[in-house]
Amino acid sequence: MSITLKIFGLLFAAALVVPFVPGIIYPIFVMKVMCYGLFACAFNLLLGFTGLVSFAHAAFLGSAGYVTGALMIRFGAHPLGMVTAFTLGVAAAALVGLAIGGLAVRRRGIYFAMITLALSQIVYFLAVQFRWTGGEDGLQGIPRGNLLGLALSSDTTMYYVTLCLFSAGFLFVYRVVHSPFGQILQAVRENEPRATSLGYDTDRFRLAAFVLSAAVAGYAGALKALVFQLVSLNDVSLHTSTEVVLMTLLGGLGTMFGPLVGAALVVGLQNYLATIGDLVTVVTGLIFIVCVSFFRRGFVGEYLEWRRRSSQRAMPDAVEDEQALPAFADTSRASAHPD
Amino acid sequence: MTISLQAFMAQLTIGLIGGCFYAMLSMGLAIIFGLLNIINFTHGAQFMMAAFLAWIGLTQLGPWLGYPNFQISFWAALIIVPFCVAVIGMAIERLLLRRLYQLDHLYGLLLTFGVALVMEGGFRHAFGVSGQGYEPPELLQGPFDVGFMLLPKYRIFVVAASLLICFGTWYLFERTKLGAYLRAGTENPRLLQAFGINVPVMITLTYGFGVALAGIAGVLAAPIMQITPLMGGNLLNIVFAVVVIGGLGSILGSMITGLSLGLIEGLTKVFYPEASTVVVFVIMALVLLVRPAGLFGREV
Repeated sequence: MSITLKIFGLLFAAALVVPFVPGIIYPIFVMKVMCYGLFACAFNLLLGFTGLVSFAHAAFLGSAGYVTGALMIRFGAHPLGMVTAFTLGVAAAALVGLAIGGLAVRRRGIYFAMITLALSQIVYFLAVQFRWTGGEDGLQGIPRGNLLGLALSSDTTMYYVTLCLFSAGFLFVYRVVHSPFGQILQAVRENEPRATSLGYDTDRFRLAAFVLSAAVAGYAGALKALVFQLVSLNDVSLHTSTEVVLMTLLGGLGTMFGPLVGAALVVGLQNYLATIGDLVTVVTGLIFIVCVSFFRRGFVGEYLEWRRRSSQRAMPDAVEDEQALPAFADTSRASAHPD
Repeated sequence: MTISLQAFMAQLTIGLIGGCFYAMLSMGLAIIFGLLNIINFTHGAQFMMAAFLAWIGLTQLGPWLGYPNFQISFWAALIIVPFCVAVIGMAIERLLLRRLYQLDHLYGLLLTFGVALVMEGGFRHAFGVSGQGYEPPELLQGPFDVGFMLLPKYRIFVVAASLLICFGTWYLFERTKLGAYLRAGTENPRLLQAFGINVPVMITLTYGFGVALAGIAGVLAAPIMQITPLMGGNLLNIVFAVVVIGGLGSILGSMITGLSLGLIEGLTKVFYPEASTVVVFVIMALVLLVRPAGLFGREV
């Protein structure tokens, strides 16, 4: 059992008791962190492990949320309503991901980012124009329905279901990253020509990673729609796409726990700063600047780097830690240009 | 469907004016991208800031200073404001962007994005989201008869001025010695440095020039658009699409694509208004299918 799974087990155990201590941690807050944490994990799968910047992730979060929400409003009472709506929501996000990714993987780097940004605007405009998305109002009062006979309308039941679904999602991302497929993605990130010369069709792996990441983001979006019973235009907006960049960057790119830490920090910050109104944007921007200028590895990344260095000082020949993944760009540069 | 020639031409003119702003903004982006290899996400915020500074100069500055009659006129703002915006931009380049050139270019994108958030949030905090109005200068008020319709003089001025600026920029970069240096800098900055050109200063000035273009566009936009903290961000989304369609880094490409997309948007407003906001993005998707490098771009 790797250290990541051990830490995750501890977190899971800690999360189990949250509903019993509402005075210390508010369960709704934890559910919000879990939804955004999973969303950030999906984003990190793409940026941290594949080296692709996407500004379209809100489109996946939102389209899954809209599809799940609209289906729940119509068929939520059916015994299989929730499962079907959830699955179709994720499928919708994956389809949108296939469409956007299919166009974007033809370009690299900055172009890729801008294409995803511009294409996600189409999703935004469609969400405004369609009638079933509720236009400016969004979808409100989405019923949570039943899962295997459990009524999800209770917040405590929903909390445990969310915890299970979140853990499944997180472990799925963990599995993907540590699979041969995940290794190839990292190889593509580190040195594309080398991956090509090893016989991998890098564009296809990029696209696969993109669709997978979109599906996980959609999974988080469908979950979020059920938890908060609300989907709004904000979910598909550029604002949400950039928030997830910040979460991932702040927590630590290319680490397993970074996105979770980042999501907890950003969601917590927004809760505490809700009173200062428009200055939240200023604070967010400043964190962005500080992160990019001085703190590129993020919290988890810096911690891992610090631990790696101190263990190297203790044992000069120590093998590198399994988790010690530095920020993506520094390594890709270093390996692409050995001089 | 019958549409009067007057309405048709009016929409087309509005489209043309939109196209002028797309062209000026995407040109600035192209210039900055050419030498710095950074997508200047702050461009929209800098455009917005210029419009606000012009408005502040005209309506707020006097009362603030205690001389209610003092104001910076439109013509003065057209010179002073882009200069101020460019100086602020160059400071950002010196203090923040410079540290990132050795890293992946995506960090530059993220940093400029953070700066844009700070600017937008700051202006929203200070002035709210409701739009401010700006009176065009007296000389350009009133309509002008172009034969088949009446056009506000100011709009004609905007089209003429931005075409002049676009052409001037193109001439500067493609036909002068300075432009040759800049293009050499995009190809091989180290070699250029070896010839005795101070490349870091050149980069700073180029960034300033690109930002100044956004600044001029912002001042020109002040009397036409609602001045709100969101005006830049909204426009920038479309400008990014323009840049992708035209091919990033191509100055001529951004100019032609910007103008023609403005016209296409105007035409869509006549025939199918609901689609007018999406049409640019749909065209982008189509262009990407056929030519991933953009219409004027080189395959990288």
